[in-house]
Amino acid sequence: MEKFTTHTGVAAPLKRSNVDTDQIIPAVFLKRVTKTGFEDALFHGWRQDPEFVLNQDPYRAASVLVAGADFGTGSSREHAVWALRDYGFKVVLSPRFADIFRGNSGKQGLVTGVISEDDAQRFWAAIDAQPGVEMTVDLVTRTATLGDFTAAFDIDDYTRWRLLEGLDDIGLTLRNEDRIAQFEARREAWRPRTTPVS
Amino acid sequence: MSDISSIPDRPRTLAEKVWDDHLVVKGENGQPDLIYIDLHLVHEVTSPQAFDGLRAEGRPVRRLDLTIATEDHNTPTIDIDKPIADLTSRTQIETLRRNAADFGVRLHSLGDMEQGIVHVVGPQLGLTMPGITVVCGDSHTSTHGAFGAMAFGIGTSEVEHVLATQTLPLKPFKTMAITVEGDLKPGVTAKDIILAVIAKIGTGGGQGYVLEYRGSAIRSLSMEGRMTICNMSIEAGARAGMVAPDETTFAYLEGRPHAPKGQDWDDAVAYWRTLPTDEGAVFDAEVFIDANELEPFVTWGTNPGQGVSLSDVIPTPADIADDNERAAAERALQYMDLQPGTPMKQIPVDAVFMGSCTNSRIEDLRAFASIIKGRKKADGVRVMVVPGSARVRLEAEAEGIDLIVKDFGAEWRFAGCSMCLGMNPDQLAPGERCASTSNRNFEGRQGKGGRTHLVSPLVAAATAIRGTLSSPSDLDAADAQLETTGAEA
Ligand code: SF4
Repeated sequence: MEKFTTHTGVAAPLKRSNVDTDQIIPAVFLKRVTKTGFEDALFHGWRQDPEFVLNQDPYRAASVLVAGADFGTGSSREHAVWALRDYGFKVVLSPRFADIFRGNSGKQGLVTGVISEDDAQRFWAAIDAQPGVEMTVDLVTRTATLGDFTAAFDIDDYTRWRLLEGLDDIGLTLRNEDRIAQFEARREAWRPRTTPVS
Repeated sequence: MSDISSIPDRPRTLAEKVWDDHLVVKGENGQPDLIYIDLHLVHEVTSPQAFDGLRAEGRPVRRLDLTIATEDHNTPTIDIDKPIADLTSRTQIETLRRNAADFGVRLHSLGDMEQGIVHVVGPQLGLTMPGITVVCGDSHTSTHGAFGAMAFGIGTSEVEHVLATQTLPLKPFKTMAITVEGDLKPGVTAKDIILAVIAKIGTGGGQGYVLEYRGSAIRSLSMEGRMTICNMSIEAGARAGMVAPDETTFAYLEGRPHAPKGQDWDDAVAYWRTLPTDEGAVFDAEVFIDANELEPFVTWGTNPGQGVSLSDVIPTPADIADDNERAAAERALQYMDLQPGTPMKQIPVDAVFMGSCTNSRIEDLRAFASIIKGRKKADGVRVMVVPGSARVRLEAEAEGIDLIVKDFGAEWRFAGCSMCLGMNPDQLAPGERCASTSNRNFEGRQGKGGRTHLVSPLVAAATAIRGTLSSPSDLDAADAQLETTGAEA
């Protein structure tokens, strides 16, 4: 996982609340066997509509999503995070996230920042006034800045630390690699081995 | 195994002992423990994204020698030499084959002697043993706890985690003792015990717990029976189920291909004998079941907790005090197209499925065959017998079970998950009713609109003969009646 300190990119307004994971990625895409390449699946239903925000030119290359409250509710599918990530999103800001979605995001390096309802409205208005404007998200100071407006966002200390260090769960565990190796050296000979026996 | 000084001297449960012996790093300040995984079983449905994740990060599989894969969920049970017609199924299987080849994982493919349901293959190879940790991207991994192993299902990210590190960050589970004391009546089996346990504690009753099954009725079960019980721990919401290892366990294991040999065997058995829960150890919860009272059990609803004795009637939702449960019962009866008060034994079935990781081992097939031998199935009932693994299939054929099944008028199939979840073409048609030895009676589980009654192999056999939900004792009664009628004529 790449380290995340600050990111600057085009912000897209998603003026809806209760965006569940079925809307982020419909169930039919769960049949795929890869963990990448889900960019086309993101918001698949909505993207059929030419008016949908990500179909508007300034937002095609967006990397920061400013969404309404209760983002990522519903099924626990990790694919929702993969789809956002594959599309190019690095950050989602929302007044409230579903827990499992938020947990999954942290594991995949997607920053989920909680902002106030008022700040979400302010960002939407500022983006509307200047479509395609870039936002800077600073994980060190936990702030998002667009033009001369800066809002603070919340993210828990542990997830923030992992993102700053670029550690996914596996990376974190592998920091204990010497302990794992020591444990392995102590394992008894009778424990199972799958190596074919003749 | 870890250094003696770290082992607490208070009395411990079986689950605590296995946990303690797999601590790589003790979590501090609310952090999870890092637990070592002895055996990782892999199948085609939950592994593709895990391998893809490794590839994206350039990580290898840490311990190929603790990893083994098989194809089961999507495999056809007839015409196994033909290409798989369904595209998704074929892609999943081909992806597993490619991943296994790329990463060097041992794979047992369709057509191979050791192919079969992942939870049948591990024990049969002697890989599943007491005192180890076993994981698989499949909830019924709890099956392996029958050996006194700590075995539990994991999600796809965790599969990737184990492939890369051979460990998992985990918070300790709570422990629950389920004590089943007494003697089972003839015709009452392990399946009936676990269905009764789930009906008693509910489908959420085991949440967060490892269940340890204890008591004389459990001790008297074969390994197959213990596996049936541990298998369905997940249906009570538990993380895992366990049975302490004993002579039955050792006898089952000894001589299997991957079981320890020579000095290793002696060392292992000496250690395994230390595993049973200590006198005075405290469980977080306890449940008691009187084995003498148990009867063949069968579900009437759409979750495994909605069950009654076969001699009982369908419950009346209006009598259920809890609002949620009453609503669930009403919904279930509507889906199942059943009326309150109907005797279970009057319910006719369209199909009987004998298989799944709950009941597809050789002993299950023997039990089924012992009832159907020399008889004919009821007209219009479709009966499918699916061994849990290719080896079980061969073993059964060596004993002539395939012929008994065919003479009976049932279908003898190749190994796999089959109609347990119908990912392959083995499915119920909408509205069809099935007596099934599997573990889940969820809406549409065995095919869209299909209706499932969970039963033991003995009940499955008797039902296949009579065409209505039945136990073997109903057959004896019918036979006796036949004889009397014959004498009168
Ligand atoms: S037999 Fe059924 S429950 Fe068992 S692993 Fe296969 S699909 Fe899952």
